[in-house]
Amino acid sequence: MNARIYTASTGRILRQLRADHRTVAMILLVPALLMTLLYFLYVNVPTPPGQQPLFDRIAVTMLGILPFVVMFLVTSIAMQRERSSGTLERLLTTPMSKLDLLGGYGTAFSLAAAAQAIVACLVTFGLLGLTTSGSVGLVVLIAVLDATLGVALGLLCSAFARTEFQAVQFMPVIVIPQLFLCGLLVPRDQLPQWLEWISNVMPLSYAVEALQQVARYPGSTAVMWRDLGVVAGFAVVALCLAAATLRRRTP
Amino acid sequence: MPGSTTRPAIEISDLVVRRGRNEVLHALNLSVTSGSITGLLGPSGCGKTTLMRAIVGTQIVESGSVTVLGEPAGSASLRRRVGYVTQSPTVYLDLSVRDNVRYFAALYGRPAAAAAEAIDAVALGGYSDQQAGQLSGGQRARVSLACALVGNPELLILDEPTVGLDPVLRADLWDQFADLAAAGTTLLVSSHVMDEAEHCPELLLMREGSLIAQLSPDELRTETGQSSLEHAFLTLIRTRTVGAQQS
Repeated sequence: MNARIYTASTGRILRQLRADHRTVAMILLVPALLMTLLYFLYVNVPTPPGQQPLFDRIAVTMLGILPFVVMFLVTSIAMQRERSSGTLERLLTTPMSKLDLLGGYGTAFSLAAAAQAIVACLVTFGLLGLTTSGSVGLVVLIAVLDATLGVALGLLCSAFARTEFQAVQFMPVIVIPQLFLCGLLVPRDQLPQWLEWISNVMPLSYAVEALQQVARYPGSTAVMWRDLGVVAGFAVVALCLAAATLRRRTP
Repeated sequence: MPGSTTRPAIEISDLVVRRGRNEVLHALNLSVTSGSITGLLGPSGCGKTTLMRAIVGTQIVESGSVTVLGEPAGSASLRRRVGYVTQSPTVYLDLSVRDNVRYFAALYGRPAAAAAEAIDAVALGGYSDQQAGQLSGGQRARVSLACALVGNPELLILDEPTVGLDPVLRADLWDQFADLAAAGTTLLVSSHVMDEAEHCPELLLMREGSLIAQLSPDELRTETGQSSLEHAFLTLIRTRTVGAQQS
């Protein structure tokens, strides 16, 4: 890797993003608006005494899931565009290394994701009254890491898509099963054994568990840090696999 | 080249390239003189782009060897010595001309001042702040060229760089290519328009994946007895094809 090329690539991708005002607005606002929708969805649901309000349980999980989904989509399309426009092949004839490019994408979109997570958390904690035992800062941290995971998986999946249509189709394939199995709909220990095994190798399961830890316990727990480590590990592995699938020579 | 002390910039022997089931380059042998403009001419679909990609090192080759500036094509060290401009302009349409060229300057480790020079060299100085997507096709092609020029490469591979340009601009670009060659840069320029051959001291004539001839424009005229290069190329193809059918 080369620091100059990596920095230049990060800057270039951010500049491209900035030129697209509507995408910037959507990245920043869509999760916050969805959280608001979620709030009104549950506003009339009574909370049994002694239990956590349903909105609180779901909202804290969604703060991690939404950035993951949005950044997965944005990244896989952006990378697919780089591929189909021919700029990818051109970049690979320059002194740029593959990790310079993927690292640039990872960093640029993770910065966008951080802004997104901060807006979503401000709205959810500030306006919608979500409370967690742990700190808001930890929720933001986990949300940003989830978004980075989405970026890394998006980069990897775009390697298997020849067109933007195919790239979009990877969302139901990669994202929806993780959404089903991550513990949001059914607690993971109540899943059939074989589904629990599958959910054990899915990164979103750990992201959701980390958020549930923050919701439940004050301060940071060892389980939460382990979960964050797992999510980060998945992101790094996905990035390296994505680099391995980039070919300088093609048929 | 007997008697010559400078080694050729590109040496290709028995290059075979397959795409799917089709063999698109058939055992090509050729060399490209250093510090000069070589024209790669032939009809659309004859394998010019494939040959260029093999030289740049982005094409998977079946067999044969491609040596560029003394090293195997595609070597990591060649990436800062060889510039490649693809046929369709590969620039970021959502970035300004300046940001495009500066980005490539950074990739090659060149200062921002080099980017401004490259933009001026392709006569886009007045368009630096424009988004590349707002420019015409010919202007985009020149942005793409500037992104290669900014790396100050020893070898410049240009795939149909003058397509769709107005005649004045085309003449300007050829003058600029001549200046680059005079300064020691080797250029390999493809075209399907035979008129362009006039600007090249040396020609590679291709057809259907084979090299038909490697000669100068004057040699081409003498050999075929035609004054127009277009007719000379046709005559050459006819004599070679008839010759091949009779043998």
